[in-house]
Amino acid sequence: MASQHFKKKAETKQGIPTASLPDIIFMLLIFFMVSTVLRETTVQVRTLLPRAEALTKIDQKRLLTYVYIGPHKKPDGRLGETRVQIDDALIDDLTLIRTIMYNKLLEQPKLIVSLRIDQDAKMKLVYDVQQELREAGTLRINYSARPEAPAS
Amino acid sequence: MAGLLKKKKRQEAEIPTASMADIAFLLLIFFLVTTTIDVDTGIGMTLPPKLEEDQEPPPVRERNMLKILVNAQGQVLIEDELASIQQIREEVKKHITNNGVDPNYAESPQKAVVSIKTDCETSYNTYIQVLDEVWMAYFELWDAEARKLGYPNYNAYRASLGPDDENQIRKIIPAQISVAEPDC
Repeated sequence: MASQHFKKKAETKQGIPTASLPDIIFMLLIFFMVSTVLRETTVQVRTLLPRAEALTKIDQKRLLTYVYIGPHKKPDGRLGETRVQIDDALIDDLTLIRTIMYNKLLEQPKLIVSLRIDQDAKMKLVYDVQQELREAGTLRINYSARPEAPAS
Repeated sequence: MAGLLKKKKRQEAEIPTASMADIAFLLLIFFLVTTTIDVDTGIGMTLPPKLEEDQEPPPVRERNMLKILVNAQGQVLIEDELASIQQIREEVKKHITNNGVDPNYAESPQKAVVSIKTDCETSYNTYIQVLDEVWMAYFELWDAEARKLGYPNYNAYRASLGPDDENQIRKIIPAQISVAEPDC
């Protein structure tokens, strides 16, 4: 009786079939490859975004272009004065924004400008940048904000 | 001849696939580490188009404009009366849904405009808080309007729209927010 029982147990194959493992891994791989956006710019200003409630999600990342406004991060880690950054360059002359944005608009007529502005930035600068965007004709903007912290 | 054939048959061209999973894992881990699945969230706005040299901004009747003033210290004036940021939402809703009842508020939701004016030194954070309250007022009104049409909320209504369908709710209650030049 006992020996029979043991024999039967030994016959059953143990082990997980691994033939489909590469397929599963590839599937995951492809998912991450598609969803990955490699950050191509290094942000040189601090952009601590404000919190808001009335948020909408932007799912068309292709249409987005970013404008960063915030205190300049100095190499020694301290914060300098508030600067504007587009792509990889810090903008000194704000009137350059209209040319940059106009050229981007020609490439992508449905352009959305995502304004990633530090919460301590002053409205004067924000408004001036917005006026430049109006000049360029890039009227769809989006104030980047974080969701409200959960109530404690 | 026959021997040659036999030999060819035996040589099975096969790529060893045992390491395939390892290679895939390596790539997978790379993408896992580099991926940021952070969906960009924010408050969408449409700026008014640039005015021509001799063009005047379109006239808005005084009663249709709800003026919100924010100073550098983050204090708020709604129609020249001191208020808190939390009060903005109710005031905006009252303004939009007034339908001509109170002579100080708007004639109709279509004509209602909310104007936000800040000081040059007002922080962006304060501005976003004020703007957020105004948008929340609109969202709450749209939610109410969507419930009238039999949807649980505005987002459900919007999801039900096709790409060419007109958004009826936003036609009834258009979001008209104007951002004025900051005072210096």
